[in-house]
Amino acid sequence: MDPECARLLPALCAVLADPRQPVADDTCLEKLLDWFKAVTEAGSSLLLLQEHPCLVELLFHALRAQDLSPRTLSFALRLAGVFAAQENCFQHLQGDPSLFVASAAGQLLVHILDLAMREPAEGRVCPQAWDWPVCARKIVCHLEDCLRSDAAPRVTQALHVLTTTFGHCHGLWTQGLWVQLSPLVACLLEKDPMPAPHTLVDLLLSVARSSVPSSDPGLWETVAQTLSRLSPTQAGPLAAGILKLQDCPQALRIQAFNVLLQPLACVLEAATQAPATPGLLEGAAGDLMAVDTLPPSKSACVGLLCSALAHLELLQPLPQRPSPWPQAPLLAAAVTILRFCNGSAAPSSEAGGRLCTMLVGCVRVQRAALDFLGVLSQGLGPQELVTQVFAVLLEYLMSPDSSPMVLKKAFQATLRWLLSSAMPPGCCDLEPCAQLVLGELLAMLQKRLCSPCWEVRDSGLEFLTQVTRHWGGQASFRQVLLASELPELTRQLLQDPESYVRASAVAAVGQLSSWGLLAAPSSPEQPAIPQETPLEALLLILTTDSEGFPRRAVMRVFTEWLRDGHAEVAEDPERFVAQVLRAAGKDGDWEVRVQGLELALVFLERLLGPRGSSAAAPPSVTARALRALCQVQLFEFAFRSLFDCDRPVAQKSCDLLLFLRATATPPGSPQEAGDRPNVASVEAALRRWRAGEQGQPLGELAPEAILAVLRSMDLEALRDTLAKSSDHVERSPQSLLQDMLATVGVLGDNEADCY
Amino acid sequence: MEQRNGFMGHFQYCLSGHPTLPCNVLKFKSTTIMLDCGLDMTSTLNFLPLPLVQSPRLSSLPGWSLKDGNAFLDKELKECSGHVFVDSVPEFCLPETELIDLSTVDVILISNYHCMMALPYITEHTGFTGTVYATEPTVQIGRLLMEELVNFIERVPKAQSASLWKNKDIQRLLPSPLKDAVEVSTWRRCYTMQEVNSALSKIQLVGYSQKIELFGAVQVTPLSSGYALGSSNWIIQSHYEKVSYVSGSSLLTTHPQPMDQASLKNSDVLILTGLTQIPTANPDGMVGEFCSNLALTVRNGGNVLVPCYPSGVIYDLLECLYQYIDSAGLSSIPFYFISPVANSSLEFSQIFAEWLCHNKQTKVYLPEPPFPHAEVAVNMLTQDVSLSLLINTLHFQYGAQFIVYFCFIDWLIQTNKLKHYPSIHGDFSNDFRQPCVVFTGHPSLRFGDVVHFMELWGKSSLNTVIFTEPDFSYLEALAPYQPLAMKCVYCPIDTRLNFIQVSKLLKEVQPLHVVCPEQYTQPPPAQSHRMDLMVDCQPPAMSYRRAEVLALPFKRRYEKIEIMPELADSLVPMEIKPGISLATVSAVLRTKDNKHVLQPPPRPTQPTGGKKRKRASDDIPDCKVLKPLLSGSIPVDQFVQTLEKHGFSDIKVEDTAKGHIVLLQEAETLIQIEEDSTHIICDDDEVLRVRLRDLVLKFLQKF
Repeated sequence: MDPECARLLPALCAVLADPRQPVADDTCLEKLLDWFKAVTEAGSSLLLLQEHPCLVELLFHALRAQDLSPRTLSFALRLAGVFAAQENCFQHLQGDPSLFVASAAGQLLVHILDLAMREPAEGRVCPQAWDWPVCARKIVCHLEDCLRSDAAPRVTQALHVLTTTFGHCHGLWTQGLWVQLSPLVACLLEKDPMPAPHTLVDLLLSVARSSVPSSDPGLWETVAQTLSRLSPTQAGPLAAGILKLQDCPQALRIQAFNVLLQPLACVLEAATQAPATPGLLEGAAGDLMAVDTLPPSKSACVGLLCSALAHLELLQPLPQRPSPWPQAPLLAAAVTILRFCNGSAAPSSEAGGRLCTMLVGCVRVQRAALDFLGVLSQGLGPQELVTQVFAVLLEYLMSPDSSPMVLKKAFQATLRWLLSSAMPPGCCDLEPCAQLVLGELLAMLQKRLCSPCWEVRDSGLEFLTQVTRHWGGQASFRQVLLASELPELTRQLLQDPESYVRASAVAAVGQLSSWGLLAAPSSPEQPAIPQETPLEALLLILTTDSEGFPRRAVMRVFTEWLRDGHAEVAEDPERFVAQVLRAAGKDGDWEVRVQGLELALVFLERLLGPRGSSAAAPPSVTARALRALCQVQLFEFAFRSLFDCDRPVAQKSCDLLLFLRATATPPGSPQEAGDRPNVASVEAALRRWRAGEQGQPLGELAPEAILAVLRSMDLEALRDTLAKSSDHVERSPQSLLQDMLATVGVLGDNEADCY
Repeated sequence: MEQRNGFMGHFQYCLSGHPTLPCNVLKFKSTTIMLDCGLDMTSTLNFLPLPLVQSPRLSSLPGWSLKDGNAFLDKELKECSGHVFVDSVPEFCLPETELIDLSTVDVILISNYHCMMALPYITEHTGFTGTVYATEPTVQIGRLLMEELVNFIERVPKAQSASLWKNKDIQRLLPSPLKDAVEVSTWRRCYTMQEVNSALSKIQLVGYSQKIELFGAVQVTPLSSGYALGSSNWIIQSHYEKVSYVSGSSLLTTHPQPMDQASLKNSDVLILTGLTQIPTANPDGMVGEFCSNLALTVRNGGNVLVPCYPSGVIYDLLECLYQYIDSAGLSSIPFYFISPVANSSLEFSQIFAEWLCHNKQTKVYLPEPPFPHAEVAVNMLTQDVSLSLLINTLHFQYGAQFIVYFCFIDWLIQTNKLKHYPSIHGDFSNDFRQPCVVFTGHPSLRFGDVVHFMELWGKSSLNTVIFTEPDFSYLEALAPYQPLAMKCVYCPIDTRLNFIQVSKLLKEVQPLHVVCPEQYTQPPPAQSHRMDLMVDCQPPAMSYRRAEVLALPFKRRYEKIEIMPELADSLVPMEIKPGISLATVSAVLRTKDNKHVLQPPPRPTQPTGGKKRKRASDDIPDCKVLKPLLSGSIPVDQFVQTLEKHGFSDIKVEDTAKGHIVLLQEAETLIQIEEDSTHIICDDDEVLRVRLRDLVLKFLQKF
């Protein structure tokens, strides 16, 4: 701890201990705690406490005082946890009604237990309960009392403490602890109704992830029983947790997977006309699948389905996901759910009818099912099912009743399925079925782009951008797209009143134009009216749009065009870059300026070769490049950016200039002898810019002068300064302590005034 | 005072099978109330369109002949694109007129302007002498709808009136849907303007929540139903019975005042009609679809035709379109509203414009933006004190949106964004510019200016017809125009209650019984699995169909009776239990105008000996001297002691299921004491019986 902080600390401790002094806010205390953590990690905490008795006093005071604010108390407890001291004063605190205090007290208990058990456990396999230190025995006793209690909050608190213990403490002693406490936990599991089921699930999962299962195979038995005793809604998180475990008995995994599959199996059954159709839970007990097992209330049923879908969605990409993965029935279930939701699935029974009534029009389930369906595109499926998938996605995309959010999800899922239908994967040719779908999609998109709802226009444009990115070169796609109104509609949406839509239209125009899909229509009846080119249109947005999003989008498109050699840009890249940098340099939005530097970097790479290659460019190339850079006034832009008030701009510029210097003036390259270029005027301008006077232009610059300036600048030091966060001064612990005391100081003054 | 009333049944006569064009007659207490008189116009779909301009295509259609080549119907029936149509003045299917003598109807309650279109048929041709009740906007807009209808049909005179095909034996031979058309013999031509005026003159205007007494027996009250300007639900109640009549209602917040749900609570019976005709389509989604298709068409250089009524959904569409046209780059596209009553439809707004003094007008008509918020407009309007009273009244009655809406429409016209014409002839043909959007009637596509536009634009695939009115099947409406190149889009916008909303409403207001058209008690035939598309309530709703009479299930049957003050003064109540007092009353029950009054009985006629002529009231028979009423119970032990004191011996008491038997063995007499009776059974010894009776009476209270 630096001396200045050490000097301030006693005053601060006094303030914290004084209930009349309101603590500034929680964030201060959090920061203070972080700082103490850093300090204790760096040195001995015992020494720290010895050197600063004020800390010990604060802790003692906090434990005794009755009128301390909960936030200060919670802070003191956590601080105590950090120091792992004051082990005797915890029990009466744990039942504190304040959630923060209870949680902090719980954490403190865990710390103490860990600390107490670590030492005796060293060298032994698993200490028996009678070997535990007094302090640990006391804590365990307290926990046992809580677990036996009829008061739900006490049980919950004990379970929380145990969950944290098994989650954070990895000593072998935890195995002994489980042996000691598991009978009590088992009793809780058998109670009807089960107390705090969610917390119990957390505990079981925490124990299952610890080293306990290696010593106590009985744990799996307990978990399996719990799984079957919990209601489907409660069992979901436990099942999902089990399936994410690296190592657990196969039978339990099957049981857990069935828990997640069951709601989907019910849905499938509800829509199945012939009972012979293979279901999701083949081999499982028939009554498990009865639709009646779904909760009768709409909210519970919807909640169960959504959570099952969400769990399965998270599970799908994991390497430890169940194998074999029932891809086909899952696809069928997702499609069926979506059909129930839009009212197109016919239920096969009365119970199915009730399910249909609950799901019709339910946006929550639609969103969850569409997300899940999207994830399932990672696997294959029988052709007829894939056809159904596209059919239901089209239904959703075409339905006027799809909410904007559902529509967005449907677009995303459709894109994923189209991508997975490429034949062979990665190639731009689509399966015939997907090909057909794409045609219908484009027809639908035309209408969506005319929607009065801006969210719909926006997600429509995003989708168009994506499909064009992937299939813009494919002949049949081009044919359908060019025959449609889409290019013209997209161009019109550049003037949309909603800035997000304009931004998406910019991206779409960028993509369409890249593929040559924005050609002005010309026919004998309608001779081509001279329209502004896409480049002109986007430049207009860059220079005139009042909102940041469209201008940023334009910069991204321009960068991409430059990188990919867009035809219109390739005609005269220097002119293009000069125009864009001039506009970006004046832009008030720092993201636009950063993007301008990105574009400048791309331009540099075109001239000098890619970044990262160690070889310096040959002198002739460098000379040509420097001339071009001077011509487009890149330096004016880069140097100004170097002193930009927004740090990311300055950082980016610094990187760019470092790259340029490294390539154009490799170390050891001979300084040109003779007449040194006069850089005084440049340096003077830079000094003024640094001082915040931006008006002065740099004027015409010779390449030599540029090189000289680059050499003379300490760009590395600048980069290091910039790398520190802009508020690094304000963030120092000293500043924190001063701030906290200053707040209190003001209060103190006021208090004095009162007398 | 209450009186059990077991002699009066309540019935509903169902005269229309159309759930959204209802016509029911309620016999409630001693009144006969007609609830709405909707006109089913779907019958017109069987007729050929009436072209405003000579149509070579329609006039050269071949006559239809039977399979055997018999062509006797070829003048009446024409074949067009595989369908057969009646070539005659279109006719409408009236409500049932035979089920009940309509001249006995006391009042007609109208719930909204769509549900009064059959009014002239009822008021002018059935001997109806009662009163019609409706709110002012309902009458104003209803008049426009009727005027337009009459105008559409009268301005294309058609001499021919087909009747041969209606012969039952002939109808059987016709192809569908003519073969299956119901009640064709009762179909009637449109009424005249004279009949409309006469019918409307029988309407009495009412305001929301106004209580109207009907013959002292029943009170009716219109409540805001939120569906259209002036639309109402009705409460029909007596002192102890309440019927709610829920017709077209909406929970969407558009220009009308919100639906009043609270007043529907505590109903014995709730009659539920006028739900959405398209329960699977959400109006918001449909408006979006409408805008998208409209924009796509005009951007592509095509015209858009919107068949519509001169009031109703068109208001909502214009409002949405206004917000959309500029953003969609459509500000240069003309919008035309063509209707013989277009001018009057916008009358309200013009009246408002006249009311406003010049400087206020400029404030209200600030072009950018016109009326972002309701409050702004209303505040501007109410700066003029002389107007504020009127505006407040309208505001109170029909909501702020009502005023803002009309100002908005007027603004559209003033700024030339919406141009309106009475017909395609005249000014319109000079101003007409394409591509454009035309709003015009009639949604059936059988008459009105829309017929002309269908003929004009039907051949180009650039054009689009967008159906927004849900009353007619769009495929049937299009049948006589096939083959059609123009695009057809079906965006039915029906803001009336859907089944989810109904379910919530019923849970909220909890009527004892629900009565509704049979269509609402089962899923739609085309979606038989959609159990969510039906009324779900407990006990299950009672359903009705056309020409059915339904006995309404009322549980409470009481009447309120007033006691005259002087009679009340004469009563001597006796407390028989704490808080409960009884008094005997002798009085005359007088019933007049369905009010019941207890009057003091006439004094016994004094033998005056005079020669006065008897007055009518003296005819009431003299009241006999009444025996007192007894109450109380007989404590057996004390009774036995009393008997012993009076010399009876050898008394034995037996307990029975209902009380006790006191046996006087010596006298061979038994006294049977039960909760509500005491019998003395003795062997023809009247003296003994009277003695015993008097002893019993000592234990009872008399009054």
